[in-house]
Amino acid sequence: MSQPKVLILRAPGINCERETFDAFERAGASCEHLHVKKLVADPTQLEKFDILSVPGGFAYGDDIAAGRVLANELRQRAGDQLLQFIDRGGLALGICNGFQVLVRLGLLPRASTDGKTLEQEVTLSHNLSDHYECRWVTMKTLPNRCVFLDEGLTIQCPAAHGEGYLQPKTPEFGRMLRDEGFATFVYVDEGGDATTTYPENPNGSPLGLAGLTDVTGRVLGLMPHPDRAYRPFHMPAWRRSGLPANADGMMVFERMVREARGA
Amino acid sequence: MDAWRVEVRVREDLPDPAGDAARHALTAAGLELSAPVRSHRGYLLGADLGEDDVRRFTSSVLADPICETATILAPGEAGTATPGEVRVVPRPGVTDNVAHSVQKALVDSGMPEVMAGTYRGFRVGDDIDPGALRNAAATALANDVIQDVTLDGPPAGLPGAGGAPDLDPHEIVIRSLDDAALEELSKTACLALTVREMRTIQTHYEEAGREPTQSELETIAQTWSEHCKHKTLTGKIRFGDEIIDNLLKSEIARVTNELDRDFCVSVFVDNAGVITFDDEDCVCIKVETHNHPSAIEPFGGAGTGVGGVIRDVLGTGLAARPVASTDIFCVAPLDMKHEDVPEGCMHPQRILRGVVAGVRDYGNPMGIPTVHGAVHFDEDFVGNPLVYVGNVGVIPRNKVAKKPNPGDAIVSIGGRTGRDGIHGATFSSLELHTESESVSSGAVQIGDPITERKAMDAVLRGRDEGLFSAVTDCGAGGYSSAVGEMAEGLGATVQLETVPLKYEGLAPWEIWISEAQERMVVAVPQEHVARVLEICDEEDVEGTVLGHFEDTGRLVLKYGDVVHGDMDLAFLHDGLPEFEREAHFVAKSVAEPNLPAETDHGQALLNVLADPNVASKEWIVRQYDHEVQAGSAGKPLVGVRNDGPADAAVIAPKLNSERGIVLSSGLNPRYSRIDPAAMAECAIDEAMRNIVAAGGDPEHTAVLDNYCWGNCADPQRLGELVVATRALCHVAETYRTPFVSGKDSLNNEFNAGDRTISIPGCILVTAMSVIPDVKRTITTDFKTAGNKIAVIGVTKRELGGSVYWKTRGELGACVPRVDAESGKEILDSTARAIASHAIVSCHDLSEGGLAAAAAEMSIGGRLGCKVDLGAVVADDALSAEELMFSESQSRFLIEVPPDKVEDVEANLFGVAFSWIGEVDDSNTLTFDHGGQTVADIRLADCVHAFKHTLDLDGTMTEATR
Repeated sequence: MSQPKVLILRAPGINCERETFDAFERAGASCEHLHVKKLVADPTQLEKFDILSVPGGFAYGDDIAAGRVLANELRQRAGDQLLQFIDRGGLALGICNGFQVLVRLGLLPRASTDGKTLEQEVTLSHNLSDHYECRWVTMKTLPNRCVFLDEGLTIQCPAAHGEGYLQPKTPEFGRMLRDEGFATFVYVDEGGDATTTYPENPNGSPLGLAGLTDVTGRVLGLMPHPDRAYRPFHMPAWRRSGLPANADGMMVFERMVREARGA
Repeated sequence: MDAWRVEVRVREDLPDPAGDAARHALTAAGLELSAPVRSHRGYLLGADLGEDDVRRFTSSVLADPICETATILAPGEAGTATPGEVRVVPRPGVTDNVAHSVQKALVDSGMPEVMAGTYRGFRVGDDIDPGALRNAAATALANDVIQDVTLDGPPAGLPGAGGAPDLDPHEIVIRSLDDAALEELSKTACLALTVREMRTIQTHYEEAGREPTQSELETIAQTWSEHCKHKTLTGKIRFGDEIIDNLLKSEIARVTNELDRDFCVSVFVDNAGVITFDDEDCVCIKVETHNHPSAIEPFGGAGTGVGGVIRDVLGTGLAARPVASTDIFCVAPLDMKHEDVPEGCMHPQRILRGVVAGVRDYGNPMGIPTVHGAVHFDEDFVGNPLVYVGNVGVIPRNKVAKKPNPGDAIVSIGGRTGRDGIHGATFSSLELHTESESVSSGAVQIGDPITERKAMDAVLRGRDEGLFSAVTDCGAGGYSSAVGEMAEGLGATVQLETVPLKYEGLAPWEIWISEAQERMVVAVPQEHVARVLEICDEEDVEGTVLGHFEDTGRLVLKYGDVVHGDMDLAFLHDGLPEFEREAHFVAKSVAEPNLPAETDHGQALLNVLADPNVASKEWIVRQYDHEVQAGSAGKPLVGVRNDGPADAAVIAPKLNSERGIVLSSGLNPRYSRIDPAAMAECAIDEAMRNIVAAGGDPEHTAVLDNYCWGNCADPQRLGELVVATRALCHVAETYRTPFVSGKDSLNNEFNAGDRTISIPGCILVTAMSVIPDVKRTITTDFKTAGNKIAVIGVTKRELGGSVYWKTRGELGACVPRVDAESGKEILDSTARAIASHAIVSCHDLSEGGLAAAAAEMSIGGRLGCKVDLGAVVADDALSAEELMFSESQSRFLIEVPPDKVEDVEANLFGVAFSWIGEVDDSNTLTFDHGGQTVADIRLADCVHAFKHTLDLDGTMTEATR
């Protein structure tokens, strides 16, 4: 397959669709915007695509809880097709609000379910600061089951959210997520260690959790925004250290496109 | 109406940040609390819903299965009032955005779409006196304009439906009234018109042989309001022996016309000023104020201010895509004692928290980055805080022109119309007073950014498909202004019964002038109407045909077949009688302070850095999304730890281009207390310095003027405005920067009963520069130890109005003035040196002077520096404190690598500048004068001083190290 096809989901309040589209295209994919209204009218359209991307924003105003209304809509009206999409080899990326949607939908992490139904297992709740916060963070990848992410990668990109505290149903479940490779990204401190300390960890998330993959390793969700760190001048320190050839966030898009191409 | 009540709480063993925030707010309001506060969210669901559905909906949608629990009360079941529990319930008629989403989720879940409502609740503690709790909650957790506070347990049900509308056109008797009665009518009907204007209306209707209808009178009042017509600045001003005919035209517009810059595309005629960007696109910019609504309801006022200025940009030409926002606030000092806050005013801390949250919760969901801002503090903003909001858009070059044609449909796209925001335009043209809060509640507007986002997406798609002949926004005056303006020179008929309403009961005149937010009006050729409505449906936003334009010269309003208005558009737009005002100017009586010489210059610098006008605004900046849209090339906070202040924002607004925009502003209300001319000059000089310091091009820069002034019926105030305008225009002319847009907000006074508090008159200058490549821009943070530091420009004995003297409790008289001719040379030479890549960091010298600028550069780079004050170019033998803290204009600090020193000298040839020191890795800042070290302070102390003052939640300073 030469050019993987990416569905960039649109919905009322999703607002990062243009840059997510641009980043995937720069990584070599062919993208299409699709409004959720049109998707749920005919969810079999998913079959046309290799990658599903749920961009960041404030879907339906984040009313009730962040991503809740869109997650409910997708689960109720396209849930089966979404499961089939992943299980037949499709990839999915949820950034920020998109991550919140995938988690509430139950597509992430699918670590304790039978794999056939969608059920929420973790939640993303209010930052410990109780307000929205926009700042650059550094993350690294843990040993993980995500099919396109190696261990030990470091990536800097902006976090910009008010509800990013990743709460597992129990602390044991949280440790399991880390130990079984469901936890992909963690916020790290200057020494490169996972941290729960503000501001390196902007929301106080336990174990420093910033991103998750699912049981298949083909779904990735993360709070920070690689879609705001894909042009070299996006990086905050280039005036000190020189303009990088590639901005950090490109890595996520390139790896997904490469994986989809190989599939 | 009975309803299910579902209350959702965070599990008791988990943190509840919303409860913590409520506790913080209640404590600040004076309540002593022993236990933690726990919050809950309440949902009201129509009684038609079955119990199984309610339970299923609660567990799958309303409550989070991981971290929340829910309790359910059946319709009719009495809730218990738990002692120490308080609930905040929206008043009937107030927009409830969450309720709409609840209804959508019900339908998605295959359940019936019943009525829904929401509220919030807090368990504060059963040991609190109920009266004290109610009072504290009313100020800290609710706003009584839009919410009720109750201790009586869960509400019984949903608010009832509105009553039947009054559909009578209501003739208003005006022809037989005398002057006193006319004045009384203007006042009681909140028309904000003068007797002379009322008489003109009277004559018009005498000629017409009938009385006006209520809709007609309201339309005229909206159209003729100071807010819409700018009567003071466009009228006649008697200034001493001189008669100024239209100050805006004779000064501001004259500068633009005479400069005749080729990058100006559309100025003063549209909702925003438009300048060229590249071969395909233009950029447009608008800055607005939303002061009065923010004084009454800071959160809603600031949020809808943001929403309004976004719509201004969206309504420019055939629609521009909004790419960046700005916000500047002026409030009273946050440490003001509660007893010093006049009755009817909110404490400045509550205002600042409210307006920040308002900008955050509107701008972020819109997906428009808030990239630049400022905050100024002065006691006299206590009754009238200022909220400036700006927006920049990108518009294709061939979409700038617009004109509705006869036969075009009038289509409204966006939100529904309610009673919110009635009389906003006329309200903002009046003085605030102690009871404004209660009498003007209708003028408060409630924002819904997601609806605006949907309207934006639909309008931009319609633009790209070429479906519109004209576009404008609904702002002040609602449909009456939007349709009335579009119909000028043409004519229109509007069917008011077609307007979608939030709830029943609105009279036709209310529909017509409501300032409900999130509505755009487009003129659509009939053959495109179906496609426009189809796009609206796809974008999940309402599109409604309201009527059509026609070549009649009349504006006809109907509700069904009943005519509610039939107005002559020529009278509406040109019938306003000439406005005439007296002005005179007497220089203020101010004197230089008689102060002992500074004894501790290091501590003085720390005091300056900690002054709120200088201190870090990180607590605010971090709450705004400044990265969305992936155009951010110059962040608001810069340096090693991303906490040094930037001078300007740099964005690349197009995803396929590295061409950029540099965006900055200048404002200094304090100088106005000494000399309004100095205030105005310094505002534009500061805006331009910021552009240049960041790497902008002073020869491709447009500026905007936004006036906020007191009551201009006072000749001295108006005289100050005239003097300030002329000073501003002289500098703009010399700097070759055309004004492309502007706005004035007058009557910023608060009547506190025994005294009137007027704001210091001030002009915000916003500057926007277009640059070929964002990669040529630089930042303020020091980069490398060993680099040389130079100061460009002349330092003068100008401590009047300075932050330094403020920290010593003085105002002074020697306020900085701008020498425009040499200022222009400095701007151009500095820009040239930066463009040649010889300068690695640059910071303009503003509040706090040279010492504050050097400290900020050190903070950003976490590097020390050593400065010899004796080497600074000065116009006299100045003292160390004058050299450190003078706020003389047209100055920069630059950092230059040793091998670029000659390049810089060549570029700055002929301009006053000198090498004054070096960047080092000492972790200290040292200032020498006359061979002696006058200040030697630790960088860590500077960081702390700079960061702690405005760290309202105490999180930013801890993160310092």
